[in-house]
Amino acid sequence: MKRIDRSKKVRTGFHQAKWDEPIIFELSTPGERGVSVPKASAAVAAAVGDGISDLPDHLKRKERVNLPEISQNRVLRHYMRLSQMTLGADVNIEIGQGTCTMKYSPKVNEQLARLVADMHPLQDEDTVQGMLQMYYEMDLYMREISGLDKFTFQPGGGSQAIFLMASMVRGYFESIGEADQRTEVITTLYSHPSDAAAPAVTGYDIVYVQPDPDTGLPDLEAFKAVCSEKTAAFMVANPEDTGLFNGHIKELVDYAHSVGALCCYDQANGNAVLGVARAKEAGFDMCHFNLHKTFSSPHGCSGPACGAAGVVEKLIPFLPVPSVEFDGKKYRLECDFADEEHGVSKVRAFMGVAPVVLRAYCWIRMLGPNGLWQVTKTAVLNNNYLFKRMMSIPGISAYYEDGNNQRVEQCRYTMEQVTKDTGITSGDVQRRMMDFGMHFWTSHHPYYLPEPITLEPTESPSKKDIDEYVDTVAHIIQECYQTPDIVKAAPHRSTIHQVDERWMDDPDGWAITWKIYNRKYK
Amino acid sequence: MIQIGLIVNPVAGLGGSVGLKGTDGMVEEALRRGAEPLSNERAKTALRGLLPLKDEAVIYTGSGDLGEASARSLGFETQVLHETSGSTGAGDTRALAKKLALRGVDLILFAGGDGTAADMYEAIGEKHPVLGIPTGVKIYSPVYATTPAAAGELARLYLTGFRSELEQAEVLDIDEEQYRLGRVDVRLRGYLSVPRKNRLIQGRKAPSLLSEQAAADAIAAAVIRDMEQDVCYLIGAGTTTYRVTERLGLAGTLIGVDLICNKQLIEADVYGSRILELAAGRPLKLVLTVTGGQGFLLGRGNQQLTPAVLQAVGKDNIIVIATQLKLASLGGRPLLLDTGSEETDRELSGYYKVIAGHNRYIAAKAE
Repeated sequence: MKRIDRSKKVRTGFHQAKWDEPIIFELSTPGERGVSVPKASAAVAAAVGDGISDLPDHLKRKERVNLPEISQNRVLRHYMRLSQMTLGADVNIEIGQGTCTMKYSPKVNEQLARLVADMHPLQDEDTVQGMLQMYYEMDLYMREISGLDKFTFQPGGGSQAIFLMASMVRGYFESIGEADQRTEVITTLYSHPSDAAAPAVTGYDIVYVQPDPDTGLPDLEAFKAVCSEKTAAFMVANPEDTGLFNGHIKELVDYAHSVGALCCYDQANGNAVLGVARAKEAGFDMCHFNLHKTFSSPHGCSGPACGAAGVVEKLIPFLPVPSVEFDGKKYRLECDFADEEHGVSKVRAFMGVAPVVLRAYCWIRMLGPNGLWQVTKTAVLNNNYLFKRMMSIPGISAYYEDGNNQRVEQCRYTMEQVTKDTGITSGDVQRRMMDFGMHFWTSHHPYYLPEPITLEPTESPSKKDIDEYVDTVAHIIQECYQTPDIVKAAPHRSTIHQVDERWMDDPDGWAITWKIYNRKYK
Repeated sequence: MIQIGLIVNPVAGLGGSVGLKGTDGMVEEALRRGAEPLSNERAKTALRGLLPLKDEAVIYTGSGDLGEASARSLGFETQVLHETSGSTGAGDTRALAKKLALRGVDLILFAGGDGTAADMYEAIGEKHPVLGIPTGVKIYSPVYATTPAAAGELARLYLTGFRSELEQAEVLDIDEEQYRLGRVDVRLRGYLSVPRKNRLIQGRKAPSLLSEQAAADAIAAAVIRDMEQDVCYLIGAGTTTYRVTERLGLAGTLIGVDLICNKQLIEADVYGSRILELAAGRPLKLVLTVTGGQGFLLGRGNQQLTPAVLQAVGKDNIIVIATQLKLASLGGRPLLLDTGSEETDRELSGYYKVIAGHNRYIAAKAE
């Protein structure tokens, strides 16, 4: 026997599991059951009824429910296989999904969050004092982190928090009689697309400000040109997706205030500013944090999440209800603060996704104020180390790189030179990275920078992890020049190979449920 | 059987290597200076990209230098539809293009420069699928692929159904006389239908809800929604603006300026003084899009909009429309104004809220 050779810098031997697993509906066998529920025995039925006859008629199904009929072990096997075919956050060096803040979620928080599974939101307040205390204190922490005056945890995601902010903007202007006049929301091109999409859903016209071609920051002159008495709000991320922090954001905020508009700070990704900069000092009226990003609760692919939204004093009446209040002895749910006519009242049932809030609460409690600051310092240091190493790969560069523009927690790079030299795009490299078990995100569409790559390490990876990630990117860039066909045909060792994307922007061809699939593709 | 049309302008590119900025009317001078014809060589580079289809394709082309020699040298089954003896000219390009369109070939590949593209447009208009192989000196028209090899690749993807969408790309022409004197004056000659190179989902990417076409439709709907009663609207040249006329069901022009009022066409293809005459006494608004590849708002392809007309309209009544992708392609550079009057340029400069979709605007500077 020889020593195992570990001299390779990249995992050329990686191969993801591929189970060729059908859709669960295809696994259905008529009559097969996961659980056989016995009918109530005569004695039980006599004592409390049979459990079915008492149901009112309008609640009873007329037809059989169309669910897969499948035994427990087959269900378990199915989902275990799917989980193995997923490139999840716990199995890869999660640097490649820039803007998503894919940090490590400590497992002890997961254990605590599971305790909530046995509670019900309609339980009597007296029986859930601990949970209410958690919500109450979480509000205090978020106030401290942002400088704003009150928070809600009701939104079930970042976009819903932005939707809530836009709704509160509308409510506020209704309350002062300016809703008809203020029809526009201004955002920037490098802010998250939801900063435009969510206010558009609430009926606002959206005006984008483009970045200054030299600095990459929002063009102040353009901002002033479009800011007017028609402006309801300015919605912006800072840093934006480029990883550039705008030290002059207050100038934009002040100008928006001078025309009577409100300012909303998208801090979905707040990893660059914990303990460093706050919404309050920059003059914002509202902000939101994604607890499933900065505050370590796992991301759920549109699954359980929380966009914690906060406001300044004058906007408290527009927050959704209820909030948790404390009289020194007891925690209780409170609705009295709300403006009944113009307030938002609800964006989601009950108190939002409680386990997500609890995980974030645990995370904050474990770190404390200095720990939070350390998170940001480490995330920024990691990113700047990553930046230096990425920029040393031939063919990779970044825009707005004039020496004064240090990146904070993430960066959007470009591999335009590689594409010019080899014809290989950042989308091709994205697929090739799957062959090494890693993500590699390009950018939102349409691309504003050519052949973009957006990376964000967060505070979680070690130097060794970052080195492995960059070595893998460098390995693939070298392949672009030496063996381009391998990159173009990638992925080769992933769960699936290249998909035929011809039909992807044709909604008529989409089948997003089993029912639609069966209707469209008989 | 796949039917491919091929037209090579054999003298395209001749002027470039000997310091002439184009070849129109300069063939003899170029040859005298020792220029070597390379157009057929570059056309062959493109055709090599189609070699995988050799067994199932026929190339229809013109005799000798017009394409036959190149196609045959690579072993393609070749049929000559147009005979020429001795020197060839623009007339051959046009005659062959007409015959290929009549024959109904799947795609016409034409090798040349901006002048050749203009000949193609004159001969067959904007309906028939074509694709340019860049072999000329100056190529401003996006009907051309970026390189001959890229043309071959795109043609193969199109002919095998991998890329089935067509888009209308601009045929631009530079006044070569002016260009030789160092002055660039781009005219919009028309549009050709070419396989779509870029979609809103660039490269092979995740799906996007709106294709570029749907975005243009949304923009047109927004313009129509906001049209006011008894206001005259001048609809400028370009595919994005043409969607407005199209959506209203009016017989407007693609490269001209049309005047409409109360959603009815007053007159198509209007110009300068005629505009002022027709609109007399009524408020006038102007719908413009970005043309000419380099981001021109005024002065390229819309010279009908004279300084006098623009003065009558005024900056506040100019409605600029463009898709997000189109604006992004300018990389933050301003929209350009070149109306022929410095004073008018100055008055119209500044920020515009460009309509980029349903209730979506992008602040863009014009200067």
